[in-house]
Amino acid sequence: MEKTVKRWFPIFVLPCLAAFLIAFVIPFIMGVFLSFTEFRTVTDATFVGFSNYIRAFTEDRLFLQSLIFTVKFAVISVIGINVIAFLLAMLFTRGLPGTNFFRTVFFMPNLIGGIVLGYIWQVIINGVLYRFGYSITSSPTYGFWGLVILMHWQMIGYMMIIYIAGIQNIPDDILEAARVDGANALTVLFKITIPSVMPSVTICLFLTITNCFKLFDQNLALTAGAPANRTQMVALDIYNTFYSRSGYEGVGQAKAVIFFIIVAVIALIQLYLTRRKEVES
Amino acid sequence: MARKAADIALYVLIIVLAAAFVFPVAVVLINSFKAKFSINASPFTLPMGDDFVGLSNYTEGIKTTGFPAAFGWSLFITLFSVAAIIIFTSMCAWYIVRVKTKFTSLLYYALVFSMIVPFQMVMFTMSKIANVLHLDNPFGIILIYLGFGAGLSVFMFTGFIKTVPLGIEEAATIDGCSPFQTYRLVVFPILKPTAITVAILNTMWIWNDYLLPYLVIGRDYKTIPIAVQYLKGGYGSVDMGAMMAMLVLSIIPVVVFYLFGQKYIIKGVAAGAVKG
Repeated sequence: MEKTVKRWFPIFVLPCLAAFLIAFVIPFIMGVFLSFTEFRTVTDATFVGFSNYIRAFTEDRLFLQSLIFTVKFAVISVIGINVIAFLLAMLFTRGLPGTNFFRTVFFMPNLIGGIVLGYIWQVIINGVLYRFGYSITSSPTYGFWGLVILMHWQMIGYMMIIYIAGIQNIPDDILEAARVDGANALTVLFKITIPSVMPSVTICLFLTITNCFKLFDQNLALTAGAPANRTQMVALDIYNTFYSRSGYEGVGQAKAVIFFIIVAVIALIQLYLTRRKEVES
Repeated sequence: MARKAADIALYVLIIVLAAAFVFPVAVVLINSFKAKFSINASPFTLPMGDDFVGLSNYTEGIKTTGFPAAFGWSLFITLFSVAAIIIFTSMCAWYIVRVKTKFTSLLYYALVFSMIVPFQMVMFTMSKIANVLHLDNPFGIILIYLGFGAGLSVFMFTGFIKTVPLGIEEAATIDGCSPFQTYRLVVFPILKPTAITVAILNTMWIWNDYLLPYLVIGRDYKTIPIAVQYLKGGYGSVDMGAMMAMLVLSIIPVVVFYLFGQKYIIKGVAAGAVKG
């Protein structure tokens, strides 16, 4: 059978393969190559070695500053979102009537796009700060916490749904057995519930970490980096390097490669660590 | 009795939290009927007296952004991209699982790899290529979405196809089905639950996507996120009234989609996570 299927390669694989090559593979390879060159329009590239990578850090402090901002933002958001989402999931799996409706409400913000979310929160945060004579662009602290709140509002419901599915998959007889053996609520939580939902933890951490690092739309709409690029995250800094100043395309591409490596390494380390916990349980 | 008191306390907590989740959307809705100059100063009051401007923010916003056209393009691009993704990635995934060669496993790993690469890595080169190949229109962008959506979608389909027993397909082949007929009549119907999940995840992404369509077709065609961002313009002041009205109009389709497909969406998101 395999042989007959093989002959159908052009119909089954070619459309998907061609699109994948055009949209991803070729741009990716070109991107790596161009990061070692200086160029304006791709065709005029001249090889410059690692100088773009050096310029990414030495020309100004923006890239480093945005990296630090992104890491701080990601650490706080990933922990906050996952802890709150897990607690809500515990709450919603206690069999209280009417919880389905609330589940729906909590998930809704996740369907709203990043640009729209950014402007929604801009109005609210500015409305609160206005009473004290400030706005969200008065200080980078406001923009930072604004992004943290926005991200929580957007992602808690999503992660909660995944944790609920994980908790519901725990077989009742294990919980029953634990109770018969006299385990208290905390023991059940740490010895049974959390180890059993490790597959959900893996995927939730992966989604929150990658989404926090890659955040762009929300950042652009909420503060656009103001004041003075101090609330600019890595993705926005790369965008501005490419499109707001001419002659920096190579530097932008080098920053993008560094960004890619950071995201990939963090995601792989996280998957390795949490997957190992899954096997143990 | 203690249990009942605890339940009531939990309900109160849940209701307070739910109110906090609905509050931001309610604020935007209220302000969309308010005079633009009082939105920044007092977004938390109801529009009364002179502050109430009826639908004028809506008419102003629609005029500036061309919202109906943006809605049309968003709908067009999302519908056809998701349809293309479902059809072609499920076919590709089936081939990858059933034909085991070095090439198919290489393709599989390349697709999985593409899931963790940030968009900024390929943003500049991809938009150049789209330009050179004349893909910078609402039809061409469908191909680009197929390429970008392929990673997650093929990954999810292959995960499911691996669990489908080969026997059914062999029976169909013996009965005289060509591989394409086998796929269309036997395999695809089995894939339906996964196809719904894949469709939902991709719809959520493509409908809300801003940067990709902005770079590829943004100069000539606006989708909804591009239209909203367009209101902000350069460094000038933003018409907050029109902005609020456009935010409301952007949220309405999402809420309608959610109300109709709620069950599938929540199930799909949970199922998508298990596979991931």
